[in-house]
Amino acid sequence: MAYVTFTRHLQRFFPSLADGEVPGATVRDVVDELERRHPGLRSFVVDETGRLRKHVNVFVGEEPIADRETLGDAIAPNAKLYILQALSGG
Amino acid sequence: MSETILLGTRKGTLLVDRDGGRWTPRPIAHAGMSISYAARDPRDGTIWAAMDHAHWGPKLSRSKDDGATWQHVTNLAYPKGARFIEQHLPTPGTNVERPTTYKDAALLKVWVLAFGGANEPGTIHAGTLPGGLFTSRDGGESWELNRALWNHESRGGDLFAGDATSRNQWGGTPAAVAYGEFVPGIHSIAVDPRDADRILVAVSCAGVLETRDGGKTWQGRNEGMLNDYLPNPRAEWGHDPHFVTHCPGAPDWVWQQNHTGVFCSRDRARTWTRVSNKDVAVHFGFPIAVDDRAGKTAWVVPLKGDDERMAVGGELFVARTTDGGETWKTFREGLPQNHAYDVIYRHALDARGDRVCFGTTTGNLYVSEDRGESWRCAGNNLPPIHSVRFA
Repeated sequence: MAYVTFTRHLQRFFPSLADGEVPGATVRDVVDELERRHPGLRSFVVDETGRLRKHVNVFVGEEPIADRETLGDAIAPNAKLYILQALSGG
Repeated sequence: MSETILLGTRKGTLLVDRDGGRWTPRPIAHAGMSISYAARDPRDGTIWAAMDHAHWGPKLSRSKDDGATWQHVTNLAYPKGARFIEQHLPTPGTNVERPTTYKDAALLKVWVLAFGGANEPGTIHAGTLPGGLFTSRDGGESWELNRALWNHESRGGDLFAGDATSRNQWGGTPAAVAYGEFVPGIHSIAVDPRDADRILVAVSCAGVLETRDGGKTWQGRNEGMLNDYLPNPRAEWGHDPHFVTHCPGAPDWVWQQNHTGVFCSRDRARTWTRVSNKDVAVHFGFPIAVDDRAGKTAWVVPLKGDDERMAVGGELFVARTTDGGETWKTFREGLPQNHAYDVIYRHALDARGDRVCFGTTTGNLYVSEDRGESWRCAGNNLPPIHSVRFA
């Protein structure tokens, strides 16, 4: 279970998206559950191969996830998870 | 005649309406998002926009109420197992034989959309980076990669099944480099209005291919093409079409603005002839538009190329042929004739009836109501314009 915080930019596409608890043992589980709740959301976070999009960041606590390929990072109970767009400079 | 022009721009989608002889943009849709292509499906009026979102990935957006509201469409994606032979940008000092490597395909960009025949409502085609042709048969609810083209022998054969069985002939396009990749892209799709199973596609950088059986098989259509940058200019592959389109009323007439000139075919791309004329500066450019009915009539907006890729001498002009490319007339009235640095992208010129319009990278939109002979600026502080289509 993680408490997930989203960038407000995603609410433009998913108006009902709100921060809150989402069950899952890994980041991938959480994204799968988010897809179930908000069909299409996964494609904003990862591409069709499952890789985290180049300009998207996911943090667990204050650390960026290590596994950008398969989102296999484990989530401790009550962890805080952030889904944010990357600041790529400019 | 169409009273609306649809623009895909670096900062959103613009519908520009003609009212009392003036062209006026509506408030921008998809504000802040890069739109690589936008067009209206003539069969049901749906407006489609290809969002090229830097953070959240490429998505389609559609409006069924003339732009009042939009829905995003997220299900255009490569199937599991879709691979391609990895290519590398030529880099000095790395001119060594590399082992063949493969990469899983992920959608980088929807480059162009085309609508199926009048007898197949809901059929929409999308050309993508990396090098895919997708088709929806249900109005965009689901999309399928055309595997016959993806698995074509000109790109290594069926890589779903295993390793390459032939040499890849599809080169990468610089248009992909912005995404950190060097992959081919499909930017032109021409569905024959007489038979929607006959479709031409153009690939940067490979050339033109055709299916005559609804996408089950594909053949190269590059006979007569000349690539001045190859030891054998008449090679089967390696051509660099910038845009390919046909005359809707006479679809055997197919036109191609290529990196190496303007080419014309009068036999549905079976054979091509170079028809550009450097003496009147008609040679390099990106877009080309063909008259609705007269297959011999086409327009281009030439650039000095390919070393500059800018308006020739800072003077923007449009060239038109009405005799299949034997002669060209150039028109400048209403267009800037000094310090014009406009580039016109491949999808940013269109013609409908007597109207012709084009948009530029410097945010200028020009419209002609007299078949390209004189021009009026319909906006010059617009975002960089990627696509222009009468809607």
